[in-house]
Amino acid sequence: MTDAASPPDTLKSRPILMSVLDKFAAGDHVALARIITAVEDRRNGYQDLLARLYARSGRAWRVGITGPPGAGKSTLVFRLAELLAAQAKKLGIIAVDPTSPFTGGALLGDRIRMQDLSNNPNIFIRSMATRGSTGGLAEATRDATMVLDAFGMDVILIETVGVGQVELDIARACDTVVVVFVPESGDAIQAMKAGLMEIADIYCLNKADREGAERLVVELQSVLGLRKKTTPWEHPVISTQALNNKGIPELWASVAAHREFCQNQATFDHRREQRIADDLQTIIKNKIDRRVQAALRDSESYRNKIAEIAAGTTNPYAAAVELLGEIAGSLAD
Amino acid sequence: MEKIRVLLAKPGLDGHDRGIKVIAAALRDAGMEVIYTGLRQTPEQVVNAAIQEDVRFVGMSILSGAHMTLFPAVAKLLKEKGADKNVHLFGGGIIPDQDVGKLTAAGVGKVFTPGASTEDIVKYIRETAATMTDEPLV
Repeated sequence: MTDAASPPDTLKSRPILMSVLDKFAAGDHVALARIITAVEDRRNGYQDLLARLYARSGRAWRVGITGPPGAGKSTLVFRLAELLAAQAKKLGIIAVDPTSPFTGGALLGDRIRMQDLSNNPNIFIRSMATRGSTGGLAEATRDATMVLDAFGMDVILIETVGVGQVELDIARACDTVVVVFVPESGDAIQAMKAGLMEIADIYCLNKADREGAERLVVELQSVLGLRKKTTPWEHPVISTQALNNKGIPELWASVAAHREFCQNQATFDHRREQRIADDLQTIIKNKIDRRVQAALRDSESYRNKIAEIAAGTTNPYAAAVELLGEIAGSLAD
Repeated sequence: MEKIRVLLAKPGLDGHDRGIKVIAAALRDAGMEVIYTGLRQTPEQVVNAAIQEDVRFVGMSILSGAHMTLFPAVAKLLKEKGADKNVHLFGGGIIPDQDVGKLTAAGVGKVFTPGASTEDIVKYIRETAATMTDEPLV
């Protein structure tokens, strides 16, 4: 079994890993980057690694920045990072861009808007490709966030791919979700009422110097007023011009207010519990998935069933039940 | 799943990024993850980005004539920061033939001059990646 957990003490016999973990603990970016790669590539033993780092995590505030393509998410992240860097905060940034479903390649361009941050020793930026995930994040984004948290970051900014309505993974991965939109979003607000608009803790109207901005803010506020209230949190609508560096302190102040609100609320514990439950399910599903794949790869009757289904002598539903019975034993160890 | 990750950068002051964008598209279409960092990068920015992104390849394009300063500066910084063992440097641009040997001596693995095709670059990266043994972390 490739993902079988090895006892932690065997790590001591692996000097490279021990030295990387020591460097990680000492704040070394090379070590941090290598650990994220191991996690992102799902290399053998990555779960042991995460298990070792987990105890160090739990301090960082996770802020998700999501919204449609071209709304200015990267530029907003850059401006927020500048603001936080000036407060000497330690900051992790994960910027996700899409993988091509046709070639498997990806062009990750979010650093272009953040290049001035590269030399700040308190900031670590990592670009991630979605690698087949369709929820707006990569499968490993949440694990990478935990690694950054364990590294000692105060704040982690997570920028999703440009999203439409249903890419909502960010809601489960973050403590505060900022949904960014632009005056051109106009009527799209109506369409966005379901899905994307429901996960926001804070609404950010970027490019607010453009025509139609004020009207849109009013419209949004009235839509929010009509909504059934599920939390005492009053969702703010913040106008920004990321390119011109306007409205950024106000945006951060609302994130800070949300953080304070959450920490004084039982709802926050509920959200954390939901996230833990979600993480736990994901880890179990991934483990089972890997074991299923491994079991089927070596199974003769799996290949036979495929031939039988193709020949019309059985059907996939009956075949799945039979195969599951055969491999069930190998899923539990 | 180990993806080939490549950082593409334009160090120095020239603003001509047409060439590097063609390379970025070609590498993406070859199934690689390409991190493009944009124009006017200092060697420090290039090296810090390469470290944070944990790339195996850094490709730089220089058309301004400053290649003899900038390429070796990046190679030196990578070494200073302890990241040179896992990173392979390559470059391209308007580079006279007589400089190519000096650049490879300074740590640039391969220099592509005008006339090189995108297929050459893809092939070179794939072949080099196959020879790089990444010491397993876990």
